[in-house]
Amino acid sequence: MDLGFFLIQVLNGVQYGLLLFLVASGLTLIFGIMGIINLAHGAFYMLGAYLAYWLTGVTGSLWLAVPLALPIAALIGYVLEAGLVRALYKRDHLDQVLLTYGLILIFNESQRMLWGSDVHGVAIPDALNWSIPLADNLSYPVYRLAISAVCLLVAGAMYLVIQRTRFGMWVRAGAANREMVAALGINVKLLFGAVFAVGTALAALSGAIAAPVSSVGPGMGDTVLIACFVVVVIGGVGSIKGAFLGALLIGLADTFGKVFLPDFASFMVYAVMASVLLWKPRGLFA
Amino acid sequence: MIRLPRSIALLLLALVVLLALFPAYGPLLFPAKHAFLMQKLAGIMILAMLAMSLDLLVGVTGLVSLAHAAFFGLGGYGLALLSPEYEAANLWLVLPAALAGVAAASALVGWLSIRTSGIYFIMVTLAFGQMGFYLFNDSKGAGGSDGMYIMVTPSLEIAGTALLRLGDKMTFYYVVLALFVGVYFGLRMLLASPFGRVVAAIGVNENRVRGLGFDPDRYKLVAFVIGCTVAGLAGFLAAMQYGFVNPSMLSWHHSGEALVMVILGGMGTLFGPALGAFVFELARFGLESMTEHWLAAMGVFVIVVVLALPKGIAGLLLRLARPRDEGDGS
Amino acid sequence: MKFEISRRGLLQTGALAAVAGFVPTRFAIGNTAKVKVGLMLPYSGTYAGLGEAIVNGFKQAMAEGGGKLGGREVEYVPLDDESNPGKAPENANKLVSGDKVDFLVGTVHSGVAMGMVKVVGESGTIMVIPNAGANAATGAMCVPNVFRTSFSNWQSTWPMGKVAIDRGMRKVVTITWKYAAGAEMVGSFVESYTKLGGTVIQQIEVPFPNDEFQAYLTQIAAAKPDGVFTFFAGAGALKFVKDYAAAGLNSVQLMGPGFLTDGVLAGQGAAAEGILTTLHYADALDTPANKAFRAGYKAAYNKEADVYAVQGFDAAQVIMKGMAAVKGDASARPDLIAAMEKAEIVSPRGKFTFSKAHNPIQDIYLRQVKGGKEVVLGVAHAALADPAKGCKAV
Repeated sequence: MDLGFFLIQVLNGVQYGLLLFLVASGLTLIFGIMGIINLAHGAFYMLGAYLAYWLTGVTGSLWLAVPLALPIAALIGYVLEAGLVRALYKRDHLDQVLLTYGLILIFNESQRMLWGSDVHGVAIPDALNWSIPLADNLSYPVYRLAISAVCLLVAGAMYLVIQRTRFGMWVRAGAANREMVAALGINVKLLFGAVFAVGTALAALSGAIAAPVSSVGPGMGDTVLIACFVVVVIGGVGSIKGAFLGALLIGLADTFGKVFLPDFASFMVYAVMASVLLWKPRGLFA
Repeated sequence: MIRLPRSIALLLLALVVLLALFPAYGPLLFPAKHAFLMQKLAGIMILAMLAMSLDLLVGVTGLVSLAHAAFFGLGGYGLALLSPEYEAANLWLVLPAALAGVAAASALVGWLSIRTSGIYFIMVTLAFGQMGFYLFNDSKGAGGSDGMYIMVTPSLEIAGTALLRLGDKMTFYYVVLALFVGVYFGLRMLLASPFGRVVAAIGVNENRVRGLGFDPDRYKLVAFVIGCTVAGLAGFLAAMQYGFVNPSMLSWHHSGEALVMVILGGMGTLFGPALGAFVFELARFGLESMTEHWLAAMGVFVIVVVLALPKGIAGLLLRLARPRDEGDGS
Repeated sequence: MKFEISRRGLLQTGALAAVAGFVPTRFAIGNTAKVKVGLMLPYSGTYAGLGEAIVNGFKQAMAEGGGKLGGREVEYVPLDDESNPGKAPENANKLVSGDKVDFLVGTVHSGVAMGMVKVVGESGTIMVIPNAGANAATGAMCVPNVFRTSFSNWQSTWPMGKVAIDRGMRKVVTITWKYAAGAEMVGSFVESYTKLGGTVIQQIEVPFPNDEFQAYLTQIAAAKPDGVFTFFAGAGALKFVKDYAAAGLNSVQLMGPGFLTDGVLAGQGAAAEGILTTLHYADALDTPANKAFRAGYKAAYNKEADVYAVQGFDAAQVIMKGMAAVKGDASARPDLIAAMEKAEIVSPRGKFTFSKAHNPIQDIYLRQVKGGKEVVLGVAHAALADPAKGCKAV
């Protein structure tokens, strides 16, 4: 492989990693602050993609669909937290896992009832529907670069919020010691509701902006879910910085695994995770 | 693990008797479907073994493993790979060989994984489980994603005389029932032993156990290997039942389902997860035939149970039984 | 039946009772009872859309044929196979020995279909496969009571080898998911293509169901082939074709079995332009049978029919023919099988008959996407029969 193609593969890996970060960020946020292992996170990703598909059809443009999808997803997240998740805070973690497992089943079936079982595509907005030539027979879709830009923006915004605001302070405190947050006299109910809503909205945002470069169909959340958990765990639970670097690591490992070790490509992500955890049993940044 | 209240012990005994008598009353109650239902029940008992063995890890020792189905599948593939193509495999050789394989694999995975804990342990086991899944899914020799057949049911012979005709559905049913009951009592005895007490103590408070001078990791590893080997036995039986193995037996979805059975049934009680397997599978069976949207119904069912029954089905039963048996249990 | 339960006699009694349960009660399956048709298909998950189309096609054929099988009413027993091969034997068993279906129709996923074949191979229930292309189902695992109204994986891509040579492609790259269906589809293409002198530079296998293709597309570009042969289906097909075009690889001819574009062409949009595919059917086939079928489907379901609907339609047709020949007596299995075997099916795809191993002997069409539509360029291979490698039982 010559240097040009090598660099293109690096770009592929980084771009994939950034998208993984965006999905995983919501998961690690919910996990870090609330201590909830949310299996339904993949379903929220799917929700975002279907909302984008549906709203693009209604409004005629992805530019309108994404901003409309976010509050809907956040509201659904808040309602789920207030209605179901809240009842289980004092319970064993595994009870929460079971609850979110039930949610996956319901989301998957609702998707089928609302939108049917067909696979859909979402059109890329015209302004972004072009490619930059990289080699004589290869070019890079601008929309993918735009996704990366959004992911970087969100990453930057999250960094600022978490380092500079009171909300961010709670988040950091929560990741370090959940009981302490309650002791600080913070309205925990409201905080948890908000965190769950934000986490859901982040998953939906990634699903929505990824919709034009993925296929919107049944079961699309399941594949993403595992990748997200891998990212979160590698980075260290609750750490946004860890999730960011973990996502890049997985994106690159996945890409170069496919290129250099094609026979073991399906192992690659898991092998990386296992080695990281055997080396650092609590993730890179816990 | 505390002794069971007498009323629960009697209830469990009654359920086992019901299972044992099914071949007798089944044809009367379900004239058309009884042959199928008998196979279904055998299948559920196999899953109940899987759930109980997982409970040893999750509920008792505190090791939430998502690799459990991988060992289940490994047991099944052990049978498939060791069976000659056109003749019956010798169970005396194949079963111990398959289980030894599972035990060795689980010892390696356990040894590597146990240095992590909590969510990290869950994810490491997920990783190893998925590696196992892809090992078989991508292999050409073991049938790849389409799976493998076992053409002839293994035989159990002494000096050329068949002891049991395992191909016969009813014989198989009773073999499974016997092993199901055997696994339950075996695990109970294990937990009552000094070893079991240390393991259970680890599940409650690992640091205290360490403080008492035990090496928790060693105990955890042994418990892990025992649990996984029992799972391998269940997988071996599952492969024998339909003469078919497939990589999906190893996948994390399957581990997840077993985990749902354990939580649903009530962690750490052994009998709870067994009941959980029955409730989960029968609920699915019932909902599937009632509504096309059974997945959503199943989701609602799971959520209602988790909200209404804090410690699963076993928790409910124990609560109901306790007042009556007060002073009886220890 | 009456018996007394004693502790010692319990097992024997149980055994007796069990045996009694296996004996079919003749009077119950007289000509007045309904014929039971098990529809074991994916109703949830990735393949749910395909399952739905198959059921629709099946019911359309039944409705057009008067709604009866050999004069008897029909009862459908649907069962969601979840595309989960691990549960396939149990699910098939539920229909075969639980509901005692007369016919088992299924399914989409090859691994599941193979589990079903295993079960009916023992029970003798007549099974019709309306999609799954696993070569073994009408090859190494063939049994007399299994029919297929779709295709074998070998069959659907074999003709493409010659097409590629004829179009001057001297070196190609293949890319597919790393699973049995992908290996068989690619294997058959590679076999015919290299036999005619073509060179395969690289065979890429993507872990199933991974659909992040960027790294592979870069590899393909670096290999500079004359053409790319690929097999993906459903969501994977939609995404691969879009990514392929977005990566600017359109100048390299993309080809594959028809599943690459069927059912997802609308979602692929302009990205699918120019793709060459081979398949035993094309939406645009200009025949009276196809036009009538498509109009009927559209009227009944307000949706465009696809190849899966055709396969479901023909599954019903072959069962109808068989049942008409035995006048509704589904218990006369040898006669029923013989009648189905001899049947000539007037399918929307054109007429076809069954091979010895019960796979359709059918024309494979060459199709190309032009102006957002699938255009039939001609017949790539007429009356192609699967070689049924390893089939000994029939």
